[in-house]
Amino acid sequence: MSATAAQRFLQDAAVKSADLVHREIILHGLESYDAAVLRGRARFKDWEAARQRCQEIKREAINHLDRYLLQFEERVIAHSGHVFWAANGEEACSYIKNLASRHGVRTVVKSKSMVTEEIHLSPALEKAGIKVWETDLGEFIVQLRNEPPYHIVTPAMHLNRGQISELFREKLGEDIHGDDPAELVAAARRNLRRAFFAAEMGISGANFLVADSGLIALSTNEGNGRLCTSLPRIHVAVTGIEKVIPRLEDLAYLWPVLATSGTGQPITTYSTLIGGPRKPGEPDGPEEFHVVLVDNGRSKLLADAEQREVLHCIRCGACLNICPVFRHIGGHSYGTTYQGPIGSVLTPHLRGLSDFQHLSYASSLCGACTSVCPVKIDLHHHLLHNRRNAARAGTTKFSERIMFRVWRYIILHPQIYALTGWLARRTLRLFYGLGLAGSVVDPMRVWNRRRSAVPLPSESFRTRWRKGLATN
Amino acid sequence: MQHRVSLFVPCFVDQLVPEVAVDTVKILRRVGYQVDFPEAQTCCGQPAFNTGYWDDARPCAEKFLRVFKHADAVVCPSGSCTTMVRSFYPELLSSSPLQGDAVALGRRTFELSEFLVKVAGVTDVGATFPHTVTYHASCHGLRELQLRDEPLQLLRKVNGLKLIEMSRFDECCGFGGTFATKFESISVAMGDSKAENVAATGAEFVTAIDSSCLLHLQGILGKRNGQARTIHLASILAQEKT
Repeated sequence: MSATAAQRFLQDAAVKSADLVHREIILHGLESYDAAVLRGRARFKDWEAARQRCQEIKREAINHLDRYLLQFEERVIAHSGHVFWAANGEEACSYIKNLASRHGVRTVVKSKSMVTEEIHLSPALEKAGIKVWETDLGEFIVQLRNEPPYHIVTPAMHLNRGQISELFREKLGEDIHGDDPAELVAAARRNLRRAFFAAEMGISGANFLVADSGLIALSTNEGNGRLCTSLPRIHVAVTGIEKVIPRLEDLAYLWPVLATSGTGQPITTYSTLIGGPRKPGEPDGPEEFHVVLVDNGRSKLLADAEQREVLHCIRCGACLNICPVFRHIGGHSYGTTYQGPIGSVLTPHLRGLSDFQHLSYASSLCGACTSVCPVKIDLHHHLLHNRRNAARAGTTKFSERIMFRVWRYIILHPQIYALTGWLARRTLRLFYGLGLAGSVVDPMRVWNRRRSAVPLPSESFRTRWRKGLATN
Repeated sequence: MQHRVSLFVPCFVDQLVPEVAVDTVKILRRVGYQVDFPEAQTCCGQPAFNTGYWDDARPCAEKFLRVFKHADAVVCPSGSCTTMVRSFYPELLSSSPLQGDAVALGRRTFELSEFLVKVAGVTDVGATFPHTVTYHASCHGLRELQLRDEPLQLLRKVNGLKLIEMSRFDECCGFGGTFATKFESISVAMGDSKAENVAATGAEFVTAIDSSCLLHLQGILGKRNGQARTIHLASILAQEKT
């Protein structure tokens, strides 16, 4: 297993990073994102202070998660809602499946939720004979393509309008010519409206769980979230336990900061607060309201004082968008629910370090992610911490462990270091003189085969220092 | 009395691009410093540290602290290796009695452009380089040491040099230490994008404060004929009128 996840990553990343059409689509899409975010941040009087405040809010919430979650539960129950605590994905899925079968649910409409991707909810429901519709446009598109979301915020970022138009023609039988966005959206809407009116259950995620008022906060842009949570008889909100925040007024910071980092918007088009099922005398809303709180490895991460702050993440996607690795390999190469830097940090905690440690190495540690994180997670240093944990746990390659022991011996002995350097340069010069740079016999092959050969001077600096530079 | 500085030469500079260190010595002497090179130095330990082998990196850090114990100031022509000492030694040695020494040495260790601008207070080092140059902001210097403007201040004062800003000058070039070989294809793709941005400026040279980025980038540029060459900031600053 460990070999397969890592090997698949290497293969997919190699293919995607050489795919220039893919690169063009992603870089073009991110160009407008970059500009929008710059404009968005400029709207803040003090963007850094806003980041700081959001970090403090999330830190307070995570450090007192036990208290705030119980407070949230109490308030939801007081509003006649139900709260289910799921230790893992299986428990969450079977709770929702049972709920669906109890109510004879045949059709489910879903608003965007990465946690439901994480726990594989849709396949579980479909196996039980329930039709599941993703209603976020991007999610709808990748569902039609039988693909996981490419990006936690923009699931269909890797596709251009032409590809989507073709997909709709093929999968929906829609008579679309050209790639006019309005026409594409209208086609999706026609199909989704039928689903909205047929569905007995709506499933959403939650961007925040507000402890002091027992509300869930949703940030969406298409209005599908409101339809999912108000039209069907039952509304189920599935969310990670780390989404809780202490107070309603915290949203005054978190909502605009999330929107700015996610898309550059001042606030998302639809910012919704939901506090329970329809009350007697109210004209609309679901009859039942359930919140499924998913742990699935999060409390284990909470116990890790060094990396606990990874739970601060508000899933804005900013770290993916700026990451030069993500920009070149794309979202699918990661093979994880959460892509990019946050995924590389988080996934080893959710799915095991030995199987997903390669993601912590698949970074140049440039730190661009950390510089944009709206809740100031020290992302690239946590990648470093994951590497240290991997080496400490002994799950790294044996040959590498030996190599670094030998390297350490050389580094600790200046004369052996100087001699090794001299010998290596001499030998390689001989090799390269024969035109063998980058060939199978070149020990520097992985460096040299797709780069021109490293320079190999005849004298090191220390030699030149001794030969006169010292006294010049 | 003339001020003394101790030179910290990263291992790959020592072995692969010694002229960068030679040029560093020239500049420091030109602006009035006496330069000393403690010959017991080898590597700061960053390759092991970044690959997760902190137990192998730790004795290298301890050795480094011993070698530079009596230095008034340490100057290094690399933002990355300076970061290792200043930012990472305290964490690496967090449970060692040497942590205090590490913090203190970190405060006395400077990347070259940082040292010239902030400590020596010089921006014009009397260099002449009549060429078009674009600047790549190396990640460790930019984001760990917060060196945004220092290299540019120095470049702007070089006689005859025309600085052209490149698009996404602060995006990683794709080197990343062992990343460059563990994930060759990603590293090369990132280098390609950087090379595109360099080419778009039409500059003759691309410069940076780190030889590691430049070795990688030169490798990429070397496979694409007729494009810009790489040159370390020190090697520009060392050039005098001929």
